[in-house]
Parts: sequence; C-alpha cells; structure tokens
Amino acid sequence: MTRYLIRRTLTAIVVLIGIAFAIFTLLHVIAPSPGRAALGVRATPQAVHNYNQAHGYLKPFLVQFLDYLNQLLHGDLGFSFVLNQSVTAILGERAPLSAFLSGTSVALAILIAIPLGIYQAVKRNSIGDTVATVVAFTLYSTPVFLFGVLLIQIFVFNLGWVDANVPQSQTLSGALADFKDIILPIVALTATNVATYSRFQRSSALDVLAQDYIRVARAKGLSARLVLSRHLVRNAALPMVTLVGLSIPALLAGNLLIEALFNINGLGLLFVNSLQRQDFQVLLAYTLIGAVLVVVGNFIADIALMITDPRIRLV
Amino acid sequence: MSQMDLRAAPTAEPTAAPEAGDITAVASGWRLAAREFASNRLALVGFAILAFFVVFSFLGPLVYHTNQVDTNILFTDQPPGPGHPFGTDDVGIDVLGRLMKGGQTSLEIGFLAAAIATVIGTLWGAIAGLAGGIVDAVMMRIVDVSLSIPFLFVVLIVSVRYGSSVITLSAILGVFSWLVSARLVRGEVLTLRVRDFVSAARVMGATQRRLIYRHLIPNALGTVIVNITFEIANAILAVAALGFLGFGIQFPQTDWGTQIANSVTEVLNGYWWLVYPVGVCLVATVMACNLLGDALRDAFDVRLRRR
Repeated sequence: MTRYLIRRTLTAIVVLIGIAFAIFTLLHVIAPSPGRAALGVRATPQAVHNYNQAHGYLKPFLVQFLDYLNQLLHGDLGFSFVLNQSVTAILGERAPLSAFLSGTSVALAILIAIPLGIYQAVKRNSIGDTVATVVAFTLYSTPVFLFGVLLIQIFVFNLGWVDANVPQSQTLSGALADFKDIILPIVALTATNVATYSRFQRSSALDVLAQDYIRVARAKGLSARLVLSRHLVRNAALPMVTLVGLSIPALLAGNLLIEALFNINGLGLLFVNSLQRQDFQVLLAYTLIGAVLVVVGNFIADIALMITDPRIRLV
Repeated sequence: MSQMDLRAAPTAEPTAAPEAGDITAVASGWRLAAREFASNRLALVGFAILAFFVVFSFLGPLVYHTNQVDTNILFTDQPPGPGHPFGTDDVGIDVLGRLMKGGQTSLEIGFLAAAIATVIGTLWGAIAGLAGGIVDAVMMRIVDVSLSIPFLFVVLIVSVRYGSSVITLSAILGVFSWLVSARLVRGEVLTLRVRDFVSAARVMGATQRRLIYRHLIPNALGTVIVNITFEIANAILAVAALGFLGFGIQFPQTDWGTQIANSVTEVLNGYWWLVYPVGVCLVATVMACNLLGDALRDAFDVRLRRR
C-alpha cells in the first residue's frame, strides 16, 4: 500500500512538472515578447528589448522555465499586462463563484445519478430504464450551452418561471442572495453531468449484478433490499469516485460555456473575456490551474478508491 | 446472457476455416463485424442520420438555392413561411440554407480533425507499444501530461492566436485530441506484439516499420475505427463550442455553433426558428456518431470474443 502511494505520488509530481513545462512552452510560443505587451504598440524596439532584458525574458529557455517554476512554487501565476494586475489576484477574485457553481452541480449530479443508474440496472429493459437511457443519451450528445439556450427558451420565454437575469455580483454571497436566478445555470450543468454519470453508473451496476457474490447473497436468502443496499450499491457506486476525477476537464469546460452563456462573473467568463483581450498570461494561468486540478482530482480519486476498496490495496 | 449466446452462435462456421494467414482471419472478422453491424438497428439509425446530414449539407445547396453572402435588413427575423421554410436570421439570411452551409463546415472539421487525430494517435500508440521500455514510458508520460490539460482551453487559446478557418481549426482540434486513440492503440499493440504471427514476422526479418504498418495497425483497426466515431462527435462538439463563444468560423462562412451563438441574442424575442432547427441538427449529428460508435464497439467485441 505504501509502495503504491509513493509510486502514485511520484507519477503525479512528474506529470505536474510536465504540465508546467507544456504550459510554459505554449506561453513562450504564443506570447514570446512580454515587453511588447507591457509597453504597448508604440514602444520603441529598444525599450521593448530593455524591458525583456530587465525582466529576464532574454535568458535561455530552460533558465526561464526554472524561474517560472520557482514563481509557481511561490504562488505567483504571472502578471496580466492587459489588466495591469497580478494573475493570482484576478483568479482568486473569481474562483468562489465558479467553485460554487461546479461544486453544487457535481454534488447534485452524483446524488441523482447513483440511484438512477442503479435503478436502471436493477430494472433493466423496463420502460423506466429505456426512457432514462434515451434521455441520458440525448443529453450526453447535447452541448451544455445549447441545453442552456433551450432552458432559457422554455423556462424564461415560454413559461416565464424564472427571470432572464443572472446574478451580476462578483461575490459568492451576492450571487446567493438572488438564488432564483442561478437555478438555470445549475440545472444545465447538473443535467449534463447526470447524463454522463448515470450511463456509467448503470453499466457499473450491471457488472456488479453479474458477480458471484450477488448470486451467493441471493442464494442464501437475503431479501432483495438487503442485497441492494449491502452488496450492490456499495460496490457499484465506488467506481464513481474515479469517474468524477476523470470528468474534471469536462466540468471546467462546461463551467466556461455556461458562465459565458448566462454571463456569470466566474473564472469561465474571465477566460472568455481574456480570449477577446488576447490576455495570454491569464489564459495560460487558468489552463495551468485546470490541469493541476485534473491531476490532483485524479490523485485524490485514486487514493480514495484505494482506501475504500480493499481489492486495490493488494496491487 | 441468452442474447450473447445467440450472437456468438454464427461464429462457429467461419472458425472452421483454417487460420492460414492474418489476411483471411481479418477478412472474416470484418465480415462478422459487418454482419453484426447490419443486425444492430441502432447502428443503422445512427448511420442513416449521419448520411442524411452529409447529404443535406453538401448536396442540399445544389437543390435549394439561397443567397448566403448578402445580408438583407428588410427581411430580418422572418418567421417560417413561403420562400423561407425555416424563416430568416438576424441579418435576413435564409435559415435552411444557413443550416446546410453550417453543416458543411461542422462536418468537414469533424471528419478532418478526427482523421488527423487518428493518424497521429495510431502511429504514436503503435510506436510506443512496440518500442517498450524507456521510449514507451516517455511517450506515454507525454500523453498523460497532455490529457491533464483541459482540451477546450488549449484549443480556444491556440485558435485565438492562429486564426480560424476550416483547415486551421481541424488541425488544431486534431493535434490536441489524438491522446485517447494513442492510449487505445498502445494497449492493443501491447497484447498483439507477443502473439505468434508477430514473432513469425520478426523471424522472417520484418523491419519495425513493416511490423507496425502491416501487422500491428491492421489488427488494432477495430479499436481505432470505434474511436474515430467518438472523435468525430467530440470534434463537432468542440467546434460548436468555439463557434458559440465567437471564435469559430467567421462570416460569411458559418457553422452550427456560431448559429447557436446568434440564437442566444434572439431567444428572448421569441424567434424560436433560430433556436430549435440548428439545435436539432447538432444534437442529431452528434448522437448519430455516438450511436454508431456504441454499435461498432459491440460489433468488434464479437470478433474479439470469438478468438
């Protein structure tokens, strides 16, 4: 177990360094002269050169990369020349709202998808299962922003249940004050997540149902309810941990698209605005954070699975 | 279980044929896969939908002529009616014709990006799997790193920097989405390379190159083909997301994502014909690819189970 932990941690660290290198290379290729961005189009080439020289942008590539790593380790994500602000501060301001949006929708999605998927597996090929499969398959193929547009069309325009505004406040507490307005974004994100998770949960539960221990539990006369709660749910819901870890890139992408659609002041909207401003420092810093989240999320998922599932500990 | 048994039953008869060379083995596998595919109704539905949208987008404009270049402010946002079966959009362009034009770019990018991704991924995976050792470790760590970086983010950043035509977008999407196929092909190659026919080819003096092209890739093709359909679906979704955010194909060209972006500003005016038709096109196409992929996976699974 300790050996697995050590090996897993080492791979995670190697991958993290690789990510930093990839992001740095991308930044280097896309925005090679920060001096130009900092001083503007009217600066003389000499001034740009001096700026780059003074800030270490003319050093060899690898030296610059080591400087960058050092910066990152001190929590410095760089400087946005467009907003004239530290990137860490900009991202920190926006993070709570996005975290709330993603966190709530993932939690809701898990709470819905696990029972739904298990129900589908137990009642395989029933009408309920077929309907749920068709709906999930359709949603799975629907981009989240299109689903959001459809929600607006139906619930705002046709039914008038929700207002067309979304909370414009920058802070989490401000957004929560108009909770009704943030329902549609959360519904959109939750629904697309449920589509992915329940498909997975269904097939995972079907795998478990085919196992011998389920047959044994039934044969020794356990009631259907006990088989379900003691043997099926536990074993079938565990792999969900891994799936949530794996779905982080999709979650970040969904968050970005939904924030852009509903104009919510989180990290996603910041990313879209930074694209328009060509603010590559912010863009790549957020990409880096996203990648780190993916690695850390998968790491936590693996460890959690190892702790909860004794079979993996043997490896 | 009973369903599975039924599926496995017809495999008995081709197995009787002698396993002479890999060519006949592959061919019978292919025929089996094709038979399984044809008997799967969902697969046929998926194939039919995809074929419909290809015909609709590429042959449609030959039958249904519309002006897709000049705007007409006197006929903006017209509801569906005579002359414009799906109405007109916010600059007075016929929506049905626009859907065809948008479908062309969406499908072109989807297919092209999937092709690029598959070629890179297959070669990468085959080389890594065959080489093994340190080469394999390094190549697969590169895949791990790239898989951790959120796909949509990188694609957006690079396409903002390097422009967005059909070619550049396909190249960008393809270059950043080969990772899954690389992993799949490597997995296949790892099991294939210890098999007898590969050893036989080695003994006969086949070069690495010949091993990869003639033996490993053809035998991993089932996995690759299944993955292509999902790659197409993903590329179409990604380019729609790009278009939705305003970084897709630029006017007078268009794609389905860009059309959805337009509909966002119109949805509260009640112009439903700018929302539903394009939504149906996009979802149906992606769904068709996913159906096709699921069905193909089942089809090739039978082939694997037989061995």
